[in-house]
Amino acid sequence: MGDATESVRERTLSLLEEVCGDPAVRDHLDDDLFELGLLDSMGAIELLVGIEDEFGVSIAPTEVPRSEMNTPNKIVAQVEGRA
Amino acid sequence: MEFFADPAFFVLLAVVVAVAAVLGLTGHSLQRWGLVTSVVFLACLLGSGPQTVALITFLSVARVGVVCLAGRPHDQRLFYVVCGGTLLPLVVYKLTASSVSLWGFAGISYVTFKALQVVFEVHDGLIGRDELGLLDYLSFLLFFPQFTSGPIDRSRRFLADAHRVPPRDEYAGMLARGILLLLAGMGYKLVLAQLAQRWWVLEPWGDGPLLAELANQVRITYLYAAYLFFDFAGYSLMAMGASYCLGIRCPRNFRAPFLASDVIDFWNRWHITLSTWFRDFVFMRLTRTLMLSGRRRGWRWVRDRVRVAQVGFVADMLAMGCWHGLTADYLGYGLYHGVLLAANEWLQKRSGFYRAHRRDRWMRALMWFVTLQLVMLGFAIFSGQVSYLVKGALNG
Repeated sequence: MGDATESVRERTLSLLEEVCGDPAVRDHLDDDLFELGLLDSMGAIELLVGIEDEFGVSIAPTEVPRSEMNTPNKIVAQVEGRA
Repeated sequence: MEFFADPAFFVLLAVVVAVAAVLGLTGHSLQRWGLVTSVVFLACLLGSGPQTVALITFLSVARVGVVCLAGRPHDQRLFYVVCGGTLLPLVVYKLTASSVSLWGFAGISYVTFKALQVVFEVHDGLIGRDELGLLDYLSFLLFFPQFTSGPIDRSRRFLADAHRVPPRDEYAGMLARGILLLLAGMGYKLVLAQLAQRWWVLEPWGDGPLLAELANQVRITYLYAAYLFFDFAGYSLMAMGASYCLGIRCPRNFRAPFLASDVIDFWNRWHITLSTWFRDFVFMRLTRTLMLSGRRRGWRWVRDRVRVAQVGFVADMLAMGCWHGLTADYLGYGLYHGVLLAANEWLQKRSGFYRAHRRDRWMRALMWFVTLQLVMLGFAIFSGQVSYLVKGALNG
């Protein structure tokens, strides 16, 4: 169980790194990626499409308010809660 | 009776707020009071003629559609049919707006968006069949403070407020805030916007020196921008204030738009509930569909995220232009902002020079200044000033 959770976390962070195009996301696990300019609406869609591809988990664009999916840790938690 | 403008409206509003205050401060739910007063206000707004008939047929079509969809939320074809049916009255109205205005009523543009949001979220599985009670549905769609011109609230957020009976102290705070917002909005709309409007007059391009003529046109554009901002931000503040008095934490529509640092930032500050509606229900869904179906069909350009975003922005803003009205000025305004957003996307993602200097003070000042001028040019298109000058030059 521990390993599985770890890998969901790791795979989500890799995906996030790819979408943001910046490894710095790993230094900002609790910071607002929209405020940092690392994520925008287009990035958010790439992330949702990526999560669907990677984990088979579909999250609709308005399903989760931005305030609950704006930091790497919150995004990981959203994926872990569904994967 | 025009909302938030006629003296009669404010007299009626004062009575509504006074009763709401008594109910709210004594721990009663405000939802039914909100719905009853909305029906009364809408009767005053629309009268007993064709506008009321148009509203009732719109509500019937939208309601039947969304209830059918709730039975089979993942049926893609049914989803398209229900979207089309909900949108149909607005499309008919916009197509006939210049002549007979079929199927139109004051507020149709805004209530259509609210009804479509419910359709989208039923389809996404975010709103279940048991969350579509008629009382809830009507109190959301007909809520009079937001009916004629927004802010465009979201149903799940709105109903969470409507169902909640806040403790006395909390409601007292909301009431006080609501009354202050009403007063601030009155100052904006009834004083500042009126002043700016009095001075705003279109003038032809004269025979003076080029720079003097340009300066005169810029002055006219800035006056229009001041009028539009104070008029609409003032209306929005009042709508927000009246909502708060009725227990609804209506989202804000403006956040210092003229301080925007780029065009995206401008749309996060100007008519916020409209631009976020388009972001969530047009831009994000369109780009998602493009990426998914484009990949399946092997289109190479959909692998370029900047290109996909640019296509999304132009389509998004053109749709917004159509929503404003099917005239050259509004369509030009939409296309103009679509192109600006597309160019901004390139600048932010692909320009090495910009990325290297984006945090420098001079770059931020330059971006603010250029953004403001571009936004102003957009208002000159929107207000008809540009087409007026073009016509003048052609007939010259």
